[in-house]
Amino acid sequence: MTSEEVSLGLAPPRPAPWRDPKIRGAAYQVLFLAAVVGSIAFLIHNMLGNIGRQNIATGFGFLHKEAAFGIGESLIEYSPADTYGRAFLVGLTNTLYVAALGIVLASVLGTLMGLARLSGNWLIAKLAQIYVETFRNIPLLLQLFFWWGLLNQAAPPPRQAWQILPDVFVSNRGVSFPVPVASPVYKWVALAFVVAVLLIVPLRRWAARRQAATGRQFPTGWVGLGLIIGLPGAAFIAGGAPLALSTPALHGFNFSGGSSVSPEFTALLLGLVIYTGTFIAEIVRAGILAVNWGQSEAAMALGLRPGQRMRLVVLPQALRVIVPPLTSQYLSLTKNSSLAVAIGFPDLVSIANTTMNQTGQAVEGITMIMAVYLFISLAISSAMNLYNRAVALVER
Amino acid sequence: MADITQDVPVTTQMPPRRSSGVLGWLRANLFSSVFNSILTLLAAALIAVAVPPIVRWTLIDAIWSAPDGHACHGGGACWAFIREKVRFILFGRYPMDQDWRQIAVVAIFLLMILAACDRRLWGRRLAVIWFVGLSAVFLLMAGGVAGLPPVETALWSGLPLTLILAVVGMLFGFPLGVLLALGRRSEMTGIYIPIPVSLDMRLHWIHVRPIRSICVAYIELVRGVPLITVLFMASLMLPLFLPTGFTIDKLVRAQVAFILFAAAYLAEVVRAGLQAIPKGQIEAADALGLSYVQRTRLIVLPQALTMVIPPLVNTFIGMFKDTSLVLIVSLFDLVGATEFALSDANWQGFAIEAYVFIAVIYWCFCFFMSRYSQLLEREFNRGKRR
Repeated sequence: MTSEEVSLGLAPPRPAPWRDPKIRGAAYQVLFLAAVVGSIAFLIHNMLGNIGRQNIATGFGFLHKEAAFGIGESLIEYSPADTYGRAFLVGLTNTLYVAALGIVLASVLGTLMGLARLSGNWLIAKLAQIYVETFRNIPLLLQLFFWWGLLNQAAPPPRQAWQILPDVFVSNRGVSFPVPVASPVYKWVALAFVVAVLLIVPLRRWAARRQAATGRQFPTGWVGLGLIIGLPGAAFIAGGAPLALSTPALHGFNFSGGSSVSPEFTALLLGLVIYTGTFIAEIVRAGILAVNWGQSEAAMALGLRPGQRMRLVVLPQALRVIVPPLTSQYLSLTKNSSLAVAIGFPDLVSIANTTMNQTGQAVEGITMIMAVYLFISLAISSAMNLYNRAVALVER
Repeated sequence: MADITQDVPVTTQMPPRRSSGVLGWLRANLFSSVFNSILTLLAAALIAVAVPPIVRWTLIDAIWSAPDGHACHGGGACWAFIREKVRFILFGRYPMDQDWRQIAVVAIFLLMILAACDRRLWGRRLAVIWFVGLSAVFLLMAGGVAGLPPVETALWSGLPLTLILAVVGMLFGFPLGVLLALGRRSEMTGIYIPIPVSLDMRLHWIHVRPIRSICVAYIELVRGVPLITVLFMASLMLPLFLPTGFTIDKLVRAQVAFILFAAAYLAEVVRAGLQAIPKGQIEAADALGLSYVQRTRLIVLPQALTMVIPPLVNTFIGMFKDTSLVLIVSLFDLVGATEFALSDANWQGFAIEAYVFIAVIYWCFCFFMSRYSQLLEREFNRGKRR
């Protein structure tokens, strides 16, 4: 076709080279690339010169040197005699731990508050609205300082600790709460739980096949719930039901027994969950409002009960609207966990900051933090993209 | 034919439940079902438990004036601390005798924000107002002219610093963000790079667009890391990257970090607007013979930017809240100045009072702006609503 046109002389004449959009485009692109590469090269040249002059070491060799600083709380074994690399790992696990816990709790709080704002109950809707409007409009850093100040300064010493629930104490040393005494039975309970979850998959498939073949419904939800509670429960009772709790009790100037979390961790988690929860509440509310009311009316006309209407008609459509912005909230919660450095929780940034102050190797330290956060961001967004694909509208 | 008589006695029926009045409202909104009644009672219990202690702490047991911190430890809040420190919290380390300049700066900022909310002023007039306003702010802050004693940037603090960081960050980040968004959507022909793909060294030409790739890489990189790392980079790494003997002021470094950070977020907001422009608009512009710059300036951007004004306001609210992070690179913004005020040995242990006080300031700004963005959203959607 084209060759024919060319041979017939119908194609427009080629413009002069400096007016040809292709050549022009390529020239601009090359110029831009050269400018960017040139500036980066200039900066790196300066950096190498400065580093050489100031006798700062380069490279990641420092990771194998002794860190010689203590870390307040750690999920893995650590002592000041360990290496910087190990300290970094402690920071990474702390960041991941608080971010994972924060994401789960913020989702629960946000969903409840989003639903509460849509509730027909005036009091509940108003309370949820006050929560959202208050905490969304105050900087997270300030909220962290507030919770930390509340736990650290305003809270009494352990001797006069506030008892907020039976055996749960809040003092300026943190929050102490009872935990079950470790027992091998709990391993079996956990195993039974996993088995129950795995059993539900074939059960659902069988129920769907039977409904397609016979039209008879099977109460998958109730049976599944029974499995999830029943199997671990059976394992627990079969193991002799070890109910012993280790409760915190005052010994001297602090609590012993039970378990406790530091004021820093509590403040960070509280702040992250309460702040992100407001945004998730708004996302959930908008998602549910985005589902056309006609869909609900149609579901009612088909005779679905309110629970079924929510589960089978409204929620699947709302999730489509909810998941993408929810992903960015999860990402920002994870990134915001870096504010831990301001209240002294040893997260990744705070440990890297100490490392940079001790070794002077700012470039390596910041590169490592950035790499880790980029990797986490990438991991969360690809996981959420997979989930999004599962709930997205499948168009024919 | 049977007689039309009724054998079944008519049962007397209760009148329908009232749906109006106080009782009707209560029934409809608080006790419509058993579940709702339980929720209402639980919420009422929560309020009964939580509100009285808070009211007692903030108002009834509060101490409103005290000579020093030791006389201020009662059961309630010590608002005397705020009375004592309000000047420092708001204006920080700025010279005490120059307070009128700080008050003027805050007033100018408020007027600028109010002017920006008036849609009749949108356009060239607003640009002039903002240019004049910002120039006045910098003259007042820095001094050194018209008999004003000069004040170095290290002493700029408190609310004026917070406002400067947020407004300048947004103002300079915005054009950069627009450029990044245009770059990310650039369709300009790129360069062809040959790579050998098979054993016989046959060349495969791949098309790369450096402008687009660099814009995407920048946006995703900055959005993928926390603001703290960008601030750390500006405060710890930037000095290393500069030629020897060349130093930049600490405030300027933080401000640059803020601008670069804001630009990446603004770019994504603008991109959403660019994507929403129907292709016909661009084709029509091309058919009229407009160049890329003319098309972008006259056709694409005016429509795209109008569409994204509400999310732009939301981004600004986020930026305003994020300015508090400069405390970590030891600048004394509103939060930083408060922390400094809390370190006074004569007034120990009033952190909660101080945080509540500045939280109210932040809240007022953010709440006002978010209400405004909701209003705009409603106005813009008026044509689409039925």
